[in-house]
Amino acid sequence: MSAQKLICLLGAVLCLAAAGDPADRLPNPALEGRARALFQETRCLVCQGESIDDSEAPLAADLRRVIRERIAAGASDGQVRAFLTARYGEYVLFRPRFSWRNSVLWTAPFLVALTGLVMLAARRRRPGEDEPALSAEEESRLAALQSTGDTLAPELGSKNAPGLTER
Amino acid sequence: MTAELGAFALILAFCLSATQAGAAFAARIRRDRTLAGCAEGAALAAFVAIGLGFAALIWAFVTSDFSVINVAQNSHTEKPLIYKIAGAWGSHEGSILLWCFALSGYGAALALARRLPFGLKTLAVGVQGSLGVLFIGYMVFASNPLMRLTDPPVEGRSLNPLLQDPALAAHPPFLYAGYVGLSVVFSLALAGLLEGRVDSAWARWVRPWTLAAWGLLTVGITLGSYWAYYELGWGGWWFWDPVENASLMPWLMATALLHSAIVTEKRGALAAWTSFLAIGAFTLSMLGAFLVRSGVLTSVHAFAVDPKRGTILLAVLALTAGTGFALFAWRAPLLKDRAVFAPVSRESALVVNNIVLAAVTCAVLTGTLWPLMLEAFGRQGGVGPPYYDLVVGPLFALALLILPAGPLLAWKRGDGLATLRRLWPAAALAAGAGLITYAVVEPKRAIGVIGVGLGLWLVTGVVTEAAERINLGRIPLAASAKRITAVPRGGWGMSFAHAGLGLFVMGAAFQSGWKLEADAVLGLGQGLNLGAYHLRLDRVGEGPGPNYDSERASIAVTDAAGRLVCQARPERRTYDVGGETTSKVALCPHGLDDLYVVIGDRRARGAGSAWLVRSYLNPWIRLVFLGPILMALGGALSLSDRRLRFAVGRRMAAPTPKMAPAE
Repeated sequence: MSAQKLICLLGAVLCLAAAGDPADRLPNPALEGRARALFQETRCLVCQGESIDDSEAPLAADLRRVIRERIAAGASDGQVRAFLTARYGEYVLFRPRFSWRNSVLWTAPFLVALTGLVMLAARRRRPGEDEPALSAEEESRLAALQSTGDTLAPELGSKNAPGLTER
Repeated sequence: MTAELGAFALILAFCLSATQAGAAFAARIRRDRTLAGCAEGAALAAFVAIGLGFAALIWAFVTSDFSVINVAQNSHTEKPLIYKIAGAWGSHEGSILLWCFALSGYGAALALARRLPFGLKTLAVGVQGSLGVLFIGYMVFASNPLMRLTDPPVEGRSLNPLLQDPALAAHPPFLYAGYVGLSVVFSLALAGLLEGRVDSAWARWVRPWTLAAWGLLTVGITLGSYWAYYELGWGGWWFWDPVENASLMPWLMATALLHSAIVTEKRGALAAWTSFLAIGAFTLSMLGAFLVRSGVLTSVHAFAVDPKRGTILLAVLALTAGTGFALFAWRAPLLKDRAVFAPVSRESALVVNNIVLAAVTCAVLTGTLWPLMLEAFGRQGGVGPPYYDLVVGPLFALALLILPAGPLLAWKRGDGLATLRRLWPAAALAAGAGLITYAVVEPKRAIGVIGVGLGLWLVTGVVTEAAERINLGRIPLAASAKRITAVPRGGWGMSFAHAGLGLFVMGAAFQSGWKLEADAVLGLGQGLNLGAYHLRLDRVGEGPGPNYDSERASIAVTDAAGRLVCQARPERRTYDVGGETTSKVALCPHGLDDLYVVIGDRRARGAGSAWLVRSYLNPWIRLVFLGPILMALGGALSLSDRRLRFAVGRRMAAPTPKMAPAE
């Protein structure tokens, strides 16, 4: 944490949530709820990494007013977003749209997961000789080793890996 | 004079690190134990030298020696002593020094490690020395914290009140100890790849370092989050801010590494993947330091961009990570992966854990770097919390779903059906709790219900597994109780960590599902309702602070029955210089919940004085901070087990009482 950063944080603290200013609220709680949800998804363009819900900047207050007006006039969430992007570009949205230009952003994590799962599945199908089970002699040596305490026995095991203290 | 001595010590440390690297590599090539000893000596000496430099800086802060630029810019005579000391790592230069201090400290610990084989240890000491050359070199030549001013000011510049906070003073040391702890893992991975030895024994040597780094990182992130929670006044505890993400990514990687290293240790499998994670974890640590320190990403925490230093840091990052991954690409294909395991087995469960953690890391990385990627294509944009919630949530849910089964499954080939049978009561309990939550708590929120179910599923799963571990119900109770201390501590470490995660999930889900906020402009004697609580503004006192004027409200919080829960005293400070204002949040802990009260600006003056009062009810939020603490404790417990087992492993010198059979 650098001092500069903290000064900026101090600045951020000044921008304490003003969305809560009770005077501006819509009387209908359902509409107000929708407006709040939209605020949280809308970037405050003059702030740094804040939503208009968090910011006290005049522009954020303006945007909040505009969004509330549109919601009150019966606009859907989609129409409000379309209005915002038409006016400010997609930058204004905190949650980028699902579009091919944003495909990397939305799909990359799931592709990673999918690749991993496919690799795990492929590993299973790979013809590989199973490791032979321990012979009786090896079993007894293992037991002897374990009872002396010098062990590599998995500490996580409960059923399958007899711990140090099992009989 | 001390500053000059300190600066000299830092340059000395740079030379010693170079010696350490050179001697170690030469020792490995010539198989010369004397040279290796020389490298180890240099590692210890480098640590001592950096320590002297660090002590000199702290001394300059303590004595308010404003002829040192760093002190003049970041301190003030009126600061309490503890924050003067903490100021030593508050600035860019100071934090890099802290980084180097940790780096050489881990280097010294590595040099003192006894049981590593000659080749592996010598190479690891060499790699650690090379890291020292890069980072200490950057510090000495581009970011020296002990530079003098020719014309020292009488008073320092900074008396930032936000800096003066115990959680924030302790946050960087923990975080950096965690970040840099991963450097040892990185060094051991490179050494292992060079030696062609990434096997069970290697995984065993890597594990304690990973555990230590992971535990420290967990504590560091939690402290930072707690600080943001009570200091920023937004009622939230995680903002998906780039700086937060920078610390989360290495943590995710280290968590994955902890789990994959178990597979490598017990079964000799996943060797390549484990070494990849070891390199990746430290790379993300460095990336985090670069992102935070260069200011390349604007964020709530953003600060002035310093392009020259940013470029050098990027070069250090590219060189280190590039070398690591190039070595990986060259050597990893030579690693043999012998073990075979069935789709239902503990290995598979751990692999799924790794897949999920890798995917989450990918999401956080992509989201954090997205503005930069867009900029490369001439577009502007970025992502906010909604993106992370949408992507990370479902992925994590998948991992949590299978987590309790993992420790109950056998290695190689697990019996899925039998495991499910054993977990049946736990699953029923969790599902029942979820249903009850759904039925009882209004309004209905999916995230809260799912979170409570999943979190409890983890906790009950842990209890099931722990009961089996001590043979509860199958042997006499006294014998079971004996087993608690007799079974290896690593298992309990795992139980703690998993239970901590469960508590965290419950708290996080409950808080984000059912937090309430209420605000109103209140005159004296007026009140507002926050859920079942009632807040009444009793009085607002004004008074001067040391360098600010404060308005301190006294707000009585009563519950539904009219009993007083607490007297909240939020404060609003206006500073003499610049007229800035800050809020001091009042926290009323009530069971697991927090009532969070902030006083805003004054809306009317005179007889009808009124203030904006904002309040949040954060249900179960204590679990959000308790959970990670429990996880870190689990790490510490596991680590203590390691040490014992190492002692025993030393050719059975003397079986310690702890490890002897219980009977």
